[in-house]
Amino acid sequence: MAALVYSLTALLGVGAATAGIAGMLGARWSLHIGWIVPLDGLALEMDALAGLFVGLVGAAAVPASLYAIGYAGRERRGALAYAVFVGAMLIVPLAGNVMTFVLAWELMSLASYVLVLDGARAGREPVASAHAGWVYAVMTHAGLACLLAGMLLLTAWTGSARFADWTVAGPTLSVGVRSLVWALLMLGFAAKAGGVPLHVWLPLAHPTAPSHVSALMSGVMIKLGVYGLLRASLDWLAPVVPWWGPMLLLVGTVSAVVGVLYAIVDRDLKRLLAFSSIDNVGIVLVGTGAALTFAAAALPSLALLALAAALYHVVNHAAFKSLLFMAAGSVQHGAGTRDMNALGGLIKRQPWTAACFLVGAIAIAGLPPLNGFVSEWLTFQVLLQNVVIPQPASNLVFALAIAGLALAAGLAVACFVKAFGITFLALPRSDGAAAAHDAPAIMRVAMVATACACAALALGASWIVPVLATVGATLIPGPTPVTVGAWLTLDVSKDFAALSVPAVALALGSGVLLPLVVLMVLRVRPRARRYETWSCGRLLQTSRMEYTATAFADPFTRVFDFFYRPVTRLDIDRHPESRFFVQRIRYENPTRFIVDEWLYAPLARVLRAAARRTAIVQSGSPNLYLAYVLAALLVLLMVA
Amino acid sequence: MDVVLLALLQAAAVALGAPLVVGTLRTLKARLVGRRGPAPWQPFRDLRKLFAKTPVVSDTTSWIFRVTPYVLVGSVVVAALATPLLSSRPPLAFAGIILLMSLFLLGTFFLALAGLDAGSAFGGMGSSREVAVAALAEPTVILAVFALALRANTTNLGGIVERVAAEPQLAINPAHLLAFVAFFIVMLAETGRLPVDNPATHLELTMIHEAMILEYSGRHLALVEWASAMKLLVFLALLANLFFPWGVPADITPLAMLLGLLALGVKLVVLAGALALLETAIAKLRLFRVPELLAGSFALGVLSVSAVFLFR
Amino acid sequence: MLRQLALALQHGIVTEPAARAEDIERLGARLADEIRTRFGRSLAIRQVDAGSCNGCELEIGGLTGPHYDLERFGVHFVASPRHADCLLVTGPVTRNMAEALRRTWNATPDPKFVIAAGDCAGDGGIFGGSYAIVGGVHEVVPVDAFIPGCPPSPGALLAGLLDALGRPR
Repeated sequence: MAALVYSLTALLGVGAATAGIAGMLGARWSLHIGWIVPLDGLALEMDALAGLFVGLVGAAAVPASLYAIGYAGRERRGALAYAVFVGAMLIVPLAGNVMTFVLAWELMSLASYVLVLDGARAGREPVASAHAGWVYAVMTHAGLACLLAGMLLLTAWTGSARFADWTVAGPTLSVGVRSLVWALLMLGFAAKAGGVPLHVWLPLAHPTAPSHVSALMSGVMIKLGVYGLLRASLDWLAPVVPWWGPMLLLVGTVSAVVGVLYAIVDRDLKRLLAFSSIDNVGIVLVGTGAALTFAAAALPSLALLALAAALYHVVNHAAFKSLLFMAAGSVQHGAGTRDMNALGGLIKRQPWTAACFLVGAIAIAGLPPLNGFVSEWLTFQVLLQNVVIPQPASNLVFALAIAGLALAAGLAVACFVKAFGITFLALPRSDGAAAAHDAPAIMRVAMVATACACAALALGASWIVPVLATVGATLIPGPTPVTVGAWLTLDVSKDFAALSVPAVALALGSGVLLPLVVLMVLRVRPRARRYETWSCGRLLQTSRMEYTATAFADPFTRVFDFFYRPVTRLDIDRHPESRFFVQRIRYENPTRFIVDEWLYAPLARVLRAAARRTAIVQSGSPNLYLAYVLAALLVLLMVA
Repeated sequence: MDVVLLALLQAAAVALGAPLVVGTLRTLKARLVGRRGPAPWQPFRDLRKLFAKTPVVSDTTSWIFRVTPYVLVGSVVVAALATPLLSSRPPLAFAGIILLMSLFLLGTFFLALAGLDAGSAFGGMGSSREVAVAALAEPTVILAVFALALRANTTNLGGIVERVAAEPQLAINPAHLLAFVAFFIVMLAETGRLPVDNPATHLELTMIHEAMILEYSGRHLALVEWASAMKLLVFLALLANLFFPWGVPADITPLAMLLGLLALGVKLVVLAGALALLETAIAKLRLFRVPELLAGSFALGVLSVSAVFLFR
Repeated sequence: MLRQLALALQHGIVTEPAARAEDIERLGARLADEIRTRFGRSLAIRQVDAGSCNGCELEIGGLTGPHYDLERFGVHFVASPRHADCLLVTGPVTRNMAEALRRTWNATPDPKFVIAAGDCAGDGGIFGGSYAIVGGVHEVVPVDAFIPGCPPSPGALLAGLLDALGRPR
C-alpha cells in the first residue's frame, strides 16, 4: 500500500518535472479558484522561476520516492504525509497569492513535522525525535509568523493579496516600507532555508527523519526558502535596496563557514550532512546576495551571472545532497547505526552504496569534474568581479565572502574525506558494520540515477548555465553574461574567465589512464602481493587502532577552539585501596554550539521569565476574570 | 595541432623535470651542510628501481588504495597542462587558479582516503593533518592570485601572465610582493616542505604527507612520489611565471617554446636555491603552530588585496 | 640561522672517501648479481633494532652525517619496510622482537635482502646463549651479508654495505 503511494508520488514528480521545465523554457499559465478559501481564493501561476523550482521538486521527488519504496515500502506509517509533503512543495513556487502560498507552506511544514517525528513513532530514538520535532515546529512557525506579518503588511499597503499586483505596486512604495517588509520576509525565508543563526532546527530535524524525507528536506525544501527570497527581493519588492545584498552576503558567508565547521566535528553521519546543507545554503545565499548587490548597483549582466550561479548551485545541491542522504540511509539500513565511530569497512560490504556516496562526496567537496565544482567556480568568478562597484565597503564585504567561501571549500574537502573515509574504509568498528548488507535493488537504482544526474549536470554546464541566465533574465532584464565557445567552453563576462567541463573531464580521464596504459605497454606491472597493514610489526592489529571520526577532526577542534569552545571533562576512578592505581578514566571533550548558547538560551530564559511574570494574570479566581471582562467591555465601549 | 604538440611537450617537461628539481634540491641541501650529497638525477634511479619491485598491498585496503596513485598522477598532469609553463597559452587555455587548486585538492582527497584505507593509525593521522593544512591554505591561495587577477582584470592564468609581463614596474609593487610572499608560504604548506612538513623525516609523529604513503610500495609508490615531485614543480613554476612572467612566450613556435623552457629553467634554479637555503636554515614548526603560519600568510594575502585597491 | 649557514659554507664539504672492507663475510651469494644490477645505484634501507644495545644504531646514525655521507652512493634510510629494499638488522633478536622482525621482513616488497650488522646480529655476540634471545638474525630471516664488529665503525659499515652492493668505491 505504501509502495503504491510512493510510486504515485514518483509519477507526480515526473509530471511536475516536465511541467517545470516547460515553464522554464517559456510556457506560462495560471489558475484561479476564487471561492475555495477567503482572501482572494486559490491562485496558481507558472513563470520561469516557478518553473525552475517546480521542476527541481519534481525531479528530486522521483529518485526519493523510488528509494522510499525500498526503504519504507512495507510500513504504512508516513506514506500519506510524504505524498502531502511533495504535493505542498510543488504548490509553493506556483502560488499566486498570499493564501495559497501560506497554506501550501504550512502544509509542507506540517507534513515534514509528522515525518520528522517518525523516529519517535518508530520507537527508535523517542526523546531525540520529539525534541527535534518540537524545535522544528517552533522555528518553522516563528518563520511563518514573520512571513505572514510581511505579506499581510504588503497586502495592506498595496491593497491586493495577489503577487502579480505586488510586482506592479512595488516600486511605488517607499524604501523604508519595502525594507521593513523585506526584513520580515527575509527572516521567515532564511529560517526555512537554514541560514545562521536561524539554522538550529536543521541539524536536529534532518537526521531523525527517514532518509528519503531528509533527502527532500535538504535537497528541495530549504531551497524554497531561497525561492521566497528571490521572489521577494527581485519580484515583489523591486527595485533592490542597496543594503539587502550585503546583508545576504554576510549571512551566506557566516552560514557557509559555520555550517562546515560544525559538520567537520560531527560523528553522526546524517547530522554531518545536515550541517553541510547549511554550508551549501550559505553558498547559495552568497550568490543571491551578490546578485542583489549588483542589481542595486545597476550592473544587470553581473547580477544575472550571480543569479545563475546561485540557481545552479541550488540545482546541484539538490542532486548531490539527496544522493548523499540516500546513501547514508542505506548505510543506516544496512549497518544499523549512523554513528561513524561504529562504522567502517563498508566499501567491501556495501560496494554500490560506497560508490554512490563517493560520487556525492566528490561533488559536494567541489572537486572537478563534477557539478559542485562548476557552481562553486561560477560563484567565485562572480565574486571576483566585484571591483566594478567603486564602494570600498562593498568591496570589503565581497573580499570577506571570497575568503570565507574559499575556507568553506577547503573545509568541505576535509569534511567529506572524513565522512567517506571513516564510514566506508578500513576495518569495521562494530559488529553491525561487520555484518552490513547492501541496499535492495530499487534503492540502488535511485542512487545510481542521482549519481548520473550529478555527472550530467556537470558535463551539461554549457547548456544549463545559459538557460538559468535566461530564467534570471525574467527577474532582472539584461544582456546575457555567459557565452559558449569552442569545446563547449563557458565564457564568463567576455574574457574574465572561462571553463570547459568536458575538456577537464576528458583530460582527467586521459591523465588517470595514461600511467596505467604506459605501464601495461612497457609490461612493468609485477603482480601485487597481499599482506597485512604495516603496524610496526605489532602482533595484533584490530579496528581499535584505526583513526576514529573524533580523532580525524582533532586538528580542527584545536585550530578553531575559540569557535567550538569545548569543555574538557576528565573523571578518574581510582582503586579504593590505593590512589596510585587507576581503575577507569572517562574523558569527554564535546564541542558546544555557540549560537545555541549565546542566542537561543538567553532568549529562552527571557521568554520564560516574561511568561512567568504575565502568568500572574492567570490567578485562577473567577471574580478577577469577570472583572477583566468588565474592564475590556468598558475599554471597547470607550474606544468604539 | 600546435596545441597537441605543446601539450605533449609541457607534459614531458613536467614529468621529466620534476624528479630533476627534487634531486637538485636534495643535492643543494646536502652541499649547504657540508655533505657531498646524491647526484641531481638520483630520483630517476630511485623511480626506475621502484617500478621493478613487487608491490605489497594490505588486505585491509580496497580499490581506492590502488586507484589513488593513478588519480594523483592524472590530476597533477592535468594541472600541469593548465599552468602557463612554457607559454602563456597553455594547452588548457581556459584555466584559472580555482581549477588548478581544485585539481590539487582532488589529488589530496584521494590520497587522504588512501591513507585511511589501510586502517593504520599512521595513515589516519597523516590524512587528518594533510586535509587540515590543505583546508587552511585554500583562502590564502585564492586571495593571493585574486590580487594579481584584480590588476589583470581576468582570472585566467595565461591572461595574468601576459598582462603582468606588459608592466615590468609591477615587480616592485608592494601588492605584488606581498602576494608573492603569501603564495610562497602556501607553496611550502601544499607541497609539504619545511617548515610545515619535513619530507625526509622518519619519525611518524612528525609526518604529514609521508604518513599517508607509508603503506605504498613498488610502482604505486613510484607514481605517488612522482606526482608529488610534479606538484612541487608546478607550484614553483606558478611562483616563477605568475609573479615574474618575463621570458614566457605568447606564441607557440618551437623556438619560442625552447626559449620558454630555458627561461623557466633559470627561474626554477633560482627558486630551488632559495628553497634549499630556507629549508637548511630553519627548523620544522610544531604541527599546531602551522595554522598560525597559515593565518599569517592569510593576513599577507588580505594586505596584498587591500594594497591593490590602495595603489590603484 | 645565518650563523649556521655561514659555518657550513665556511667549512665546505667534509665528506671522506669510503675505505675498503677488510673482513666482510658474505653469507650466500645468491642475490649478489641481482643486488648489484637492481640496487647498485639506488637502495632504500630500513633499519631494524631487534633488541640491540643501541651501540650499532649510534654508529649507523653516523652514516648519514657529513663525514660518511651515505646518500652520495644513492643509498638512503626509509621509515616503512614497504619502501625498503634492504633490512639492516642489529641486535641479538630477543624473543620479543622475533615475530616483529619476521613481520617486517614479510612487509618488505621483493626483491629484498638482509644485512646483519654487529656481532650480536651474527650469533648473539656478548649475549650469546642467553635465555632471552633467539640467537642471531639468521635464525629468524634469511641473511645475505654480515658486517662484524661490536660495534662496527661507520667506516666498516659503509664498506660492508658497498661491498654487499658490489659497488666499487
